Amino acid sequence: MMIQDTVSETNKFRFVYLIKPRDFSNAGDASANVKAELQKHGIEPDVIRRVSIICFEAEMNIVLYTKGGKLIVEVDDQKVDILALDKGPGIEDIELVMTPGYSTAPEWALEYGFGAGMGLPNIKNNSDVFEIESEVGKGTIVHSIVYRRKNEIKGNN
Amino acid sequence: MKLEEVARVIDGKILIGEEKKDLEIDKAYAADLLSDVLALTEESTTLITGTVSPQVIRVAEILNIPAIIFVRGKKPTQKILDYAKEAGIPIIATNKTMFETCGILYSNGVRPCRNRPATNIHDDSRYCE
Repeated sequence: MMIQDTVSETNKFRFVYLIKPRDFSNAGDASANVKAELQKHGIEPDVIRRVSIICFEAEMNIVLYTKGGKLIVEVDDQKVDILALDKGPGIEDIELVMTPGYSTAPEWALEYGFGAGMGLPNIKNNSDVFEIESEVGKGTIVHSIVYRRKNEIKGNN
Repeated sequence: MKLEEVARVIDGKILIGEEKKDLEIDKAYAADLLSDVLALTEESTTLITGTVSPQVIRVAEILNIPAIIFVRGKKPTQKILDYAKEAGIPIIATNKTMFETCGILYSNGVRPCRNRPATNIHDDSRYCE
């Protein structure tokens, strides 16, 4: 699951998780691990909550809809930076998938509790900076930043 | 009301967390879809759900949900129960429907968490398909 835990500088650390497609027995484990690690490092509870929600939604998106991918979480004094990358199939209409309630989840996913059409909107709502880029046939990149300082200017939310 | 009383009034069974039977339950949220739970649940809100998957426990961990009530006679697997035990989250199961469970708890003083809908029905500009 976690493939790297590098402490390059004193106040910066990074976690990388490989996320397998359709792996429901382990789906959510990466996000649970992110939460535990952030708690261990004494990150602010509100930041942990928002980062955990972002990671869980991103992780589930990779499990449910893609050919697999990676979740990369980087923490420093100022912020938590979350990058979710996948190997496709990519999103045709980004505006549509950002609409609360819009879902392409297959019926079997509902059994597990997925398909509310709130995944990406939830990620955006919990982020200070939110970016999404996608290319059909290639993959999707979701980038999210949560600032640790309350007085930080909010991003393009 | 206490966890133990919650289990009693909905004719339920505490499957995990008997040692937390005095836990105070004052707020609850009911949904089957996890993203709805992630979007709308506040801290210290008990989850009422008919979805039984390991991810329910993961979501509960992420949101610091103090207890989970599984409705409609849904039986969690041993793996789900083990997850809950590990996370220290009590589990109640009941044969009652979600509506009935909510109604009984509401009439016993349990209240909803703050309502923050994802979209506003009074705002015509943003309907999804």
